[in-house]
Amino acid sequence: MRSLALAKRSFTEVWRDPLSLALTIGLPAALLLVFQAFGRFDDIYKPASLTPGIVLFGFVMLMFSLAMTLSRDRETTLFARLLTAPLRSNEFVTAYSLPYVPVAIIQALALFAIGAALGMEIRGNVGLVALILVVTAIFYIGLGMIVGSVFSYKTVPFAYMAILLLTIFGGAWMNLEAIGGAFQVVGDIFPFAHALDATRAVIVDGSDFAAIASDFYWVVGYTVATVVLAIYLFKRQMID
Amino acid sequence: MTAAERDRTTAIETIGLVRTFGNVTAVDHLDLSVNQGELFSLLGPNGAGKTTTIKMLCCLTRPTGGTATVMGQDIQADALSVKAMIAVSPQETAVAGNLNAWENLELMAGLHGFGRREARVRSGELLELMGLTERAKDRVKKYSGGMKRRLSIAMALVSDPQVLFLDEPTLGLDPQSRRAIWEYIETLKGDKTILLTTHYLDEADALADRIAIIDDGKIVALGTAAELKDSISDGEPMVVEAAGLTGADLDALSQEYSDVRPIEGGVEIRADEVTLYDIQDVLRPRGVIVQATYRRPVTLDDVFLHFTGRQLRE
Repeated sequence: MRSLALAKRSFTEVWRDPLSLALTIGLPAALLLVFQAFGRFDDIYKPASLTPGIVLFGFVMLMFSLAMTLSRDRETTLFARLLTAPLRSNEFVTAYSLPYVPVAIIQALALFAIGAALGMEIRGNVGLVALILVVTAIFYIGLGMIVGSVFSYKTVPFAYMAILLLTIFGGAWMNLEAIGGAFQVVGDIFPFAHALDATRAVIVDGSDFAAIASDFYWVVGYTVATVVLAIYLFKRQMID
Repeated sequence: MTAAERDRTTAIETIGLVRTFGNVTAVDHLDLSVNQGELFSLLGPNGAGKTTTIKMLCCLTRPTGGTATVMGQDIQADALSVKAMIAVSPQETAVAGNLNAWENLELMAGLHGFGRREARVRSGELLELMGLTERAKDRVKKYSGGMKRRLSIAMALVSDPQVLFLDEPTLGLDPQSRRAIWEYIETLKGDKTILLTTHYLDEADALADRIAIIDDGKIVALGTAAELKDSISDGEPMVVEAAGLTGADLDALSQEYSDVRPIEGGVEIRADEVTLYDIQDVLRPRGVIVQATYRRPVTLDDVFLHFTGRQLRE
């Protein structure tokens, strides 16, 4: 209940910034339209493979938006005032994160609609695709909380660039297996490639849960760790 | 008074409260007791430790030493309970600029567990009281400084706190806005326990039931404004109006009186035994004409000077 009051405020601020909101959906959509033109060169650019990668790119943008909101708040006395409210750190993290969940869902739905219009077919279970992407979205939102808790307003863009590169080199719109070597080793450590592999396997190959379980649990593990770390880091800044 | 009786009447109590930042001691063994319903003022210059004290009492800064309770709850062990009973209006206007006044107030009410309907009613009352109703639907970033400050105080009140911390509530405001906020704070006296920090002497003088003068993190004097003024043994300062005083003239006066301070158009002398004739005896041979002398009432600035050896705004 108390978290919802703060979540409502974050939600209002998100919706009162239509330009950012339009960019959050518009930029990934534009990338999807541009990159699919390369589909004849590599399967990775065909709508069925490309759409999940672009959805993850959209999540990176949401992560950036959340991190900027939190880091900006941290530099204001409003934040100190909010911290005097009787909320625990997990309630604050929920309040900041919650508004980004519906935005992530709308964004993913819009991009999947464009992907479908371009010829993408989901051969596997749609619910499974949704499950993987919801967990992945929570992972990115958790990352946004961590970045916003650790970095200043001015340095958040550097963290954003790092996470964007990791997402791209995780195979968002490049073929990790074709690059191979150290890129693939590093890519396999992080959850980005696993989220993409799992989503693409369901969409392109029609894989079931058993086939993608190891990738899925890899992402779940990272998501849990990210949320726990986000709560810990927020708690640390509640008192100096 | 028994411990139980003290708990019933004491709203804020600090015992040996300390906060250091590296080698700097911001709050130095602060012992403080504020009664329920009292408006207590911490008066001191910037950097005296006022805001750090408030931050510790609001559970935002961890004490380095000592203990403190708010309405009987320990600020470290029972931080959530303390937070449920307090509200703070920070030094800078702590408002959400992209929200309107309604939304700002409902945000704070919601964070303190008020339902939507009750939050709406309380917000409406406070908007009316603070004269913000007409602009209540405008985004707050378009408000003047005075309006933001009034809203900031309203945001502290909307949760109906038992203890209210007002950190420099009129800092940087024009006299009219200051007066309006003073009038409102007056209406809260007796109902809420208020800890007000200020470096405005007139503010503490006008509003506070009791004043603690704080300097370098320590309380150097404590009492009502009248008690503090009476506590100065120097008596009322003598104002000597004499144009064109030189440094040498001041030196000559200083040889006779230990506390001589130049002021605009003359000099102030703090000494019990001093008359117009005594001053003329010093200045007339030096060719200085004394236009007038009079005793002026003791102010809190004199009290501050007396206890710290410097003026508040030095």
